[in-house]
Amino acid sequence: MRMLKYSEAIGEATVQCMEADPTILVAGQSVDDHKGIYGTTTAAMRRFGASRVLDIPNCENAFAGIAVGAASQGLRPLVVHTRDDFMFLAMDGILNVAAKWRYMYGNKGGVPVVMRGVVGHGWGQGATHSQSLHSVFGHFPGLHVVTPASPADAKGLLVTALQGDTPVVIIENRGLYEVEGEVPEGPVGVPIGRGRIVREGTDVTIVAASLMVREAERAASALAALQGVSAEVVDVRSIRPLDEDLICASVAKTGHLVVADTSWARYGLSAEVAAVVAERAFDSLRAPVRRVTPPDSPAPVSWPLEEAFNPNADAVARAALEVLGLRGRVAVGEDELARGFVGPY
Amino acid sequence: MTTEPEELLRAMVRIRAVEEGLADVYREEQEMRTPVHFSIGQEATAVGVCAAMRRSDLVYSGHRCHAQYLAKGGDLTAMVAELYGRETGCSGGRGGSVHLVDLEAGFGASSAILGEMISVGTGAAWASAVAGRDDVAATFFGDGAAEEGVFHESLNFAALRRVPVVFVCENNGYSLSSPLSSRQPAGNSITRWADRYGMPGVRVDGNDVFGVYAAATEAVRWCREGRGPYFLELTTYRWREHVGPNWDYDRDHRSKAEVDSWIARCPITRATEELRERVPGIDRARAQWETESREELAKAIAVAKASPFPAVETLLSGAYED
Repeated sequence: MRMLKYSEAIGEATVQCMEADPTILVAGQSVDDHKGIYGTTTAAMRRFGASRVLDIPNCENAFAGIAVGAASQGLRPLVVHTRDDFMFLAMDGILNVAAKWRYMYGNKGGVPVVMRGVVGHGWGQGATHSQSLHSVFGHFPGLHVVTPASPADAKGLLVTALQGDTPVVIIENRGLYEVEGEVPEGPVGVPIGRGRIVREGTDVTIVAASLMVREAERAASALAALQGVSAEVVDVRSIRPLDEDLICASVAKTGHLVVADTSWARYGLSAEVAAVVAERAFDSLRAPVRRVTPPDSPAPVSWPLEEAFNPNADAVARAALEVLGLRGRVAVGEDELARGFVGPY
Repeated sequence: MTTEPEELLRAMVRIRAVEEGLADVYREEQEMRTPVHFSIGQEATAVGVCAAMRRSDLVYSGHRCHAQYLAKGGDLTAMVAELYGRETGCSGGRGGSVHLVDLEAGFGASSAILGEMISVGTGAAWASAVAGRDDVAATFFGDGAAEEGVFHESLNFAALRRVPVVFVCENNGYSLSSPLSSRQPAGNSITRWADRYGMPGVRVDGNDVFGVYAAATEAVRWCREGRGPYFLELTTYRWREHVGPNWDYDRDHRSKAEVDSWIARCPITRATEELRERVPGIDRARAQWETESREELAKAIAVAKASPFPAVETLLSGAYED
């Protein structure tokens, strides 16, 4: 299969879906400029022009509602937020309107709004430009929330989102945009609500989302090489719905669980995964669950602090050793991809 | 398409009879377990605007939405069933008084968060224009919603993209118990926002149903011709309490004298008086319409009460696609 970058996969899914469905519009601030949201909207802009790739005013609050109104009348808006932190301004439209529309108005139809939110990662993006909001959205019934970790899923989940009738929030970590991977050529959807086993293992299950899937894979490789530990990596892919069966089956096999996430531990995805396993697979657990997440502070800017703040493969490997009761260290080292990354962002 | 003056009066009489009847039953029975916001006293705004629209045009509203729903042709029986929380309600018993919908009648939605439907109505109208249809939308909101950010963002977007939406501000002077004077600077004019955003806007006496109808006809024509959005500020007054069936004067925030001064400007009385010379027998007709409307409501209440509640097994139904 041919290789694409994560960002290219998003762009390709967008173009193919827009070709198949003339009601899809891309809308967001500067989606039409030369940068095209890290290249993800550039192909659509070139192919369809400004009538379907719309630069919009700064109006997150209103536009969330405008998108719902448009979706209720036959359009499929694909709304892009260059930083998902700006989606806080759109919460009323997303949570009070889009998520509840089908239910609150008597199940007469949904509002197929798809919202992409990009998480800034590294380079001092700081407190209000690097938060991972998937856990926040994951709280609310009526939404689908996905966190693609691979180029194939970045494409496949977007395709599914643009073909469905449920509002979908897609949280994309900027740190993944340059990752390359095999991607199907056609507009083939990935089902929302099914996780995937990224790497099979027998000793410990590492459940992760988005960027932490990559960190978990790096940790698993190092654990195998340096400690002879066989870690199974589960990519949830979708956090709402969550593939509970896949997670519990893996824990049933390994008896140990580490959850790695870029959103905070409190009331977050990692809390949910731990609760699901406690409820459904408690007897399988041979040790307490460990969570690898950012610490309980806003994100700092100064780079040593930022390095300490962001959960990484070293922390995942450490947690895996701890739940297995093993001594020793596994130094995974820096991700080559991250090392090549420079500003200005 | 024009609406006869008598029809405007008749529509107001019907809405008044329905809401007054509902208020009584609501208070006496305590069986409609949903917060209700009555439009009693401000019927002319809903009737005048909706009469200027056609069935395929869309109307959106806020929490005080019974009048717009009925004026647009929404199904009364389904609305009453919704208030009683029945399966046959217009929102299947999931929405209640503030979440009404009747797509066949072109009532797109109402909702309880201030200003929310300003944006949704704008989006619906935008979709119509993008698809090349000439249906327009009207979105109703109060003077309070004009303080929300979503109001300003929506007006800016609608003007920029020439969205065929009529913004209808029903200025009744209060948001809950807060008078306009404690919420907006002295000398502020809500209508002037329209000018700032580059769309035509007029302030009309919202208790004059014929004036409202004339202004709305112009607004709808403007939108339908693809000339962009239009703004109407309709001054009116709510007689009853913010939420609930009761009167609330002489508590703290407004006097009986103030309420009485607005009752003296009742839109139904005013329209009746204006028609009396031109339409012989209008008083008899009005009495007849009142009686018919009360009977219509009684029937709707009976049907609602005979309808089943939603089965508890369907609690999750509609949260997602089935």
